[in-house]
Amino acid sequence: MKKGFKSFILMVLALTMTVSLCACAGGKDTSADNEAIEAPERAATNELNVAIAQDLDDSLDPHLAVSAGTREVNFNIFEGLVKADSEGNIVPAVAEKVDVSPDGTVYTFTIREGIKFHNGEAVTADDVVFSISRCAGLLDDGSYTAASSLSTIVSVEKSGDNTVDITLSSANAEFLAYLATTNAAIIPEGYEDQATAPVGTGPFKYVSRSPQENFVMEKFDEYWGEGAKLDKVTYLIIDSGSWVMSLKSGAVDLCAHLTADQVASVADQYTIEKDTMKLVQALYLNNAVEPFNNVLVRQALCYAIDKQAVIDFVCDGNGVPIGSSMFPAFGKYYIEELADMYSYNVEKAKQLLTEAGYADGFKFTITVPSNYPQHVQAGEVIASMLQQVGITAEIKQVEWSTWVSDVYGGRNFDATVVGFDTSTLTASGMLQRWTSDHGKNMINFNNAEYDALYKQAVACTDVDEQTELFKQMEMILAEEAANVYIQDLYDMVAVNPYLEGLTFYPMYVLDLSTVAWTETSAK
Amino acid sequence: MKYYIKKIITLIITLFAVSLLAFWAFQVIPGDAATHILGTEATPERLEALREQMGLNRPFLVQYFDWLKDFLFGDMGTSYSYHMSVKEMIGAKLPITGALSLMSFLMIVIVSIPLGMWQGKHAGELPDVAAGVLGQITMSFPPFFLGMIFTLVFGLWLNLFTQGQFISYTENFSGFLGYLFFPALAIALPKIAMATKLLRSSVLVELQQDYVRTARSRGRKFNSVLVKHVLRNALIPVVTFYATTLADIVAGSIIIEQVFSVPGIGRLLLSSIMNRDFPVVQAIVVMMAALVVIVNFITDLLYQFIDPRIKVQ
Repeated sequence: MKKGFKSFILMVLALTMTVSLCACAGGKDTSADNEAIEAPERAATNELNVAIAQDLDDSLDPHLAVSAGTREVNFNIFEGLVKADSEGNIVPAVAEKVDVSPDGTVYTFTIREGIKFHNGEAVTADDVVFSISRCAGLLDDGSYTAASSLSTIVSVEKSGDNTVDITLSSANAEFLAYLATTNAAIIPEGYEDQATAPVGTGPFKYVSRSPQENFVMEKFDEYWGEGAKLDKVTYLIIDSGSWVMSLKSGAVDLCAHLTADQVASVADQYTIEKDTMKLVQALYLNNAVEPFNNVLVRQALCYAIDKQAVIDFVCDGNGVPIGSSMFPAFGKYYIEELADMYSYNVEKAKQLLTEAGYADGFKFTITVPSNYPQHVQAGEVIASMLQQVGITAEIKQVEWSTWVSDVYGGRNFDATVVGFDTSTLTASGMLQRWTSDHGKNMINFNNAEYDALYKQAVACTDVDEQTELFKQMEMILAEEAANVYIQDLYDMVAVNPYLEGLTFYPMYVLDLSTVAWTETSAK
Repeated sequence: MKYYIKKIITLIITLFAVSLLAFWAFQVIPGDAATHILGTEATPERLEALREQMGLNRPFLVQYFDWLKDFLFGDMGTSYSYHMSVKEMIGAKLPITGALSLMSFLMIVIVSIPLGMWQGKHAGELPDVAAGVLGQITMSFPPFFLGMIFTLVFGLWLNLFTQGQFISYTENFSGFLGYLFFPALAIALPKIAMATKLLRSSVLVELQQDYVRTARSRGRKFNSVLVKHVLRNALIPVVTFYATTLADIVAGSIIIEQVFSVPGIGRLLLSSIMNRDFPVVQAIVVMMAALVVIVNFITDLLYQFIDPRIKVQ
């Protein structure tokens, strides 16, 4: 009897709780949540809070920083001799002028007059010689450098009080673009604490960092150019699962790389800005393993996968379908038509599979890094599409470090879904990795014509001719169906409606120097 | 005396074993600090060069004893990912997780002791039944879920704290404690329910004892007997629970720190595992193991204090 009474009470309590929770949730949704967010108090002191998921758990030394997340922040603190503008043009930065010798092998840089480091010291020709030698690996101090593409530099010499000559082993039309990354930043010579307290020449200067908590930078008042509009920026390291809560609470004013679901939750309160991520998401196939060593099978996979459906499902339609290892923002190298080379056609796919001797399909594993929901989800959609042609794809989620060491480094995989980008504004950054003997050729792509075209392209000094050669390489990747290319995703950024001036670049950086608070809300 | 020596030897052996196991785990799982640092910029040659530079290509035991030697001399090394001194990094995080854990622990003790006694005294009455049911429900919520509910209810709806805007203890100490209140409560709540239930039944058993009747027959008030005699006896089994709870709290804080974006030891540990940053992981793991062993040791001493009949040996 007593037991019956207890369970009765339990039921009543449980029901009451459920009902009240539902009521709360329902009632709240229709009220304050939909109103645009106000400008926070810190707007008055010209400060900004930005949420980032990935901590700068890297060396802060720009020459050593590899992770995209660190480079994204470094763009605000460091500059090379030249830098990229939002249009993708290479413009002067630390150097105010560059002269190239007629044969294209000697570049003479004139250092900008009056330019200073964050520590107040003037930038000298010695600093430039030191910086470029160091990031090109010419200093014999045994350290690695992140800029693997500067190996064409033979010597760096001071040729005048404020001029520096850089000599290349052979002419290279892409050379300036290589110098335009923070991996080739100009830093003071003889400064020891670059890894923990970095000093550069950018519009913001480093203030402090606390691991897994924040990274703070302030406006650099003596910047040579227009300079930052904000006085202080604090990056808060917040797990992406807590972004929506942090945006809704007003703790952060700007947050990039949101997923479609997250955007849906904050779109009423925040301005959503979007631009492509400048990366190539694809089902990357290990061209060296059965059955992907057969071009017919690879092409069959291309026909069997509906790109648009993947984009709709994973990104709510926010993506641009692509057909080779090049993204649309890279205007002159991008070939739009390749996206439609293999239009979705299940019959054709089956026919190709039969031709290749896999009429009954086959099984393979798609290994995806679990920290990228957009790649995991794309893998899942792809797997279900492949069922229709009789192919069973099993999804295996692995941790990022495991992916890097097993899949990327060990090349021990069938297929994987990831996105590749480039740290330099060059076509080589996207295409060189698939040359047959390249260390980063994860998919073991091996095509003699492709290799030959690449050699020809880098040696080429005529920009138009070079562009044409790179385009031919993209065609080969598409025709050979090296990978099943899917899309360049949209990067969606939630911005407080009282902010203005966010500009996108054709590479993976977030420029905060142009961002400013305004009096009026964009909502 | 013999007892203390034995305890200290156990502590040393445990820490040694734990550190060796943690170190070994890093050898077994795929990827190392070098692959993590280079990421997709890795080529076999560059990996080799970086490993050489970091000393990662030395034999496992050489690396371990090298680390051990430095550690014993108080040098925890430098973080592979942050290039900062591990001692400094952990030193800055320790007050955060320490405050969070302590707050949680105090909540558990302060609420569960009176509540358990009160429930024991009123066992079977309606408020006790209701509290029991509520406790049962609370117990079944995992802390991370409670954490999410708290951020929604107390953070977003009631605006009692700003989710994501952690306030550092160096900036504003009361603000810091204020931010930690809800994370601490999320960890504490299920434990409060468990401790209360345990104490309630322990009190019920003790109330049946002869000494209670004797004390009552000598004219002592019921409440006074409850507090002066029953509680002391009833606490013995509960103290063990509190002790194990302390270890659970520290473990629970690892997850709660993620939910509330609290930059403490837990977040540092998790990210360091992801980064294969073993100097940091080793230091934290050894610290946590030491904590558990020491807490157990203190528990033994507490028994003796509560019930002098028990002798540690």
